[in-house]
Amino acid sequence: MRNAHPGLPELDYVKPGSLEEASKFLAAHAGESRPFLGGTDCIVRIRDGAWKPKYLVDVKGLEGTTGISFDPAKGLTIGAAVPMNKVAAHPDVQKHYPLLVEACNWVASYQLRSRATIVGNVCNASPAGDTIGAAICLDGVLNVFGPDGYRKEPLTTFFFGPGKTALKPGDIATSIFFPLPPKESAGKYLKLGRNRLGDLAIVGVTAFAYKDASVASGYRFRIALASVGPTPIRPTAAEEILAKSIDESAVEAAAQAAMDSCTPIDDTRGTARYRKLMIRNLTRQAVSAVLAQLKK
Amino acid sequence: MSLHRITLKVNGSTEIVDVPGNWTLLQMLREKLALTGTKNGCASGECGACTVIMNGDAVNSCMVLAAECEGAEIITVEGLSKEGQLDALQKFMIETGGIQCGFCTPGVLLSAKALLMRNPNPSEYDIREALAGNLCRCTGYNRIITAVQKAAAVH
Ligand SMILES: Cc1cc2nc3c(=O)[nH]c(=O)nc-3n(C[C@H](O)[C@H](O)[C@H](O)COP(=O)(O)OP(=O)(O)OC[C@H]3O[C@@H](n4cnc5c(N)ncnc54)[C@H](O)[C@@H]3O)c2cc1C
Ligand code: FES
Ligand code: FES
Repeated sequence: MRNAHPGLPELDYVKPGSLEEASKFLAAHAGESRPFLGGTDCIVRIRDGAWKPKYLVDVKGLEGTTGISFDPAKGLTIGAAVPMNKVAAHPDVQKHYPLLVEACNWVASYQLRSRATIVGNVCNASPAGDTIGAAICLDGVLNVFGPDGYRKEPLTTFFFGPGKTALKPGDIATSIFFPLPPKESAGKYLKLGRNRLGDLAIVGVTAFAYKDASVASGYRFRIALASVGPTPIRPTAAEEILAKSIDESAVEAAAQAAMDSCTPIDDTRGTARYRKLMIRNLTRQAVSAVLAQLKK
Repeated sequence: MSLHRITLKVNGSTEIVDVPGNWTLLQMLREKLALTGTKNGCASGECGACTVIMNGDAVNSCMVLAAECEGAEIITVEGLSKEGQLDALQKFMIETGGIQCGFCTPGVLLSAKALLMRNPNPSEYDIREALAGNLCRCTGYNRIITAVQKAAAVH
């Protein structure tokens, strides 16, 4: 926060009338334009001088970016422009994807969530993004419109580094899709911030599991770790341990494996060592909480 | 830089404004419409002093571009009183001492107003959660919470 003057550096606001128009504009002005939704990352980064776009291209309201639709046979589609408060208040999301609601409610403050979107959180690709873990564990897939038309970007292969994703100039994520979660499933997001509400994650652990008779333990886990590497981390070694057994020592071993899988840095919010230890603790807690829900 | 002509409603009256593309809603309210009740604390989404109601929901006006507000309906602290009568939230903020320096107050009022609009019977937790994005350096928050509880009771 360098200066609290309300003005932003010189830039222009562009409101295209269609996806094609938006994509062409973004591709033609690669490096000097950005799509934006809620703007809660864009405005801060521009004010800080980290980003210097000439154009902010408002993609809210373009085809496919508005509204939430739930198909009981297929899954959930959330338009890119839908703010997190609307996602968290939606009855179908609450009923079938409670992990997503939990993750949204951890982001910043209510006012910010009136603007901030899940797709913006994902496309911003901060390792601290609070909804990214849930989006990964729920098998999220971005629907993207680009210079060659529509394509799908599964989140499993989407993140390359802080702010670096599979998106290219001219690409616009229009919505995010989540398949139906497995029948008996449960999830938990644990976030450690410097305060209870409204801080970025020092570390975050998302755990999601479902009953699966084909594995020895009867439970299949998906785990995602936030703020402990350049991208969100999926500690597969921990997931494999839990597929074999879920007794106390297996949960402990999985927590240790999660800790061993991460490569955090020291920064103002915490040291690398502290982060690693907290990943172990929170993974243990999150896995136990998920198992408790599933055994109910 | 090109100007964007936008038409929006602020506190019930229609305004037509020409704004540069890099202006925030906060700037437009204060510098074009002279509605200086809305405060600039941090200009980066952290403090909530700039909170207004936009299309029925609380937002940080420092995080919204003015040019995006075409067709929007905005309520600022200047729009809370009706026919010379303070809103119940305003009355109880004064009565309970939820105000000291007053810098955070407009934002607190609008966050609380938006809360009561969507949830007329909030629990204490709901109130604290809704106001988590409104920093106050003076009151220690408890009197603000009490004021919102009292306003909810008469809402
Ligand atoms: C005070 C404050 C507190 C915050 N706290 C948290 C927190 O607790 N947890 C957290 O996770 N985040 C936090 N954030 C960060 C931010 O709010 C989130 O990342 C938010 O989800 C971003 O969504 P948005 O719609 O505002 O994105 P925008 O700012 O509009 O965009 C984000 C990025 O995605 C790109 N983009 C936008 N739309 C598209 C599109 N359709 N296709 C392709 N790329 C696109 C933009 O170019 C930009 O790079 C905070 C931000 C602020 C200002
Ligand atoms: S001035 Fe907008 S949140 Fe501080
Ligand atoms: S009354 Fe002074 S900041 Fe809240």
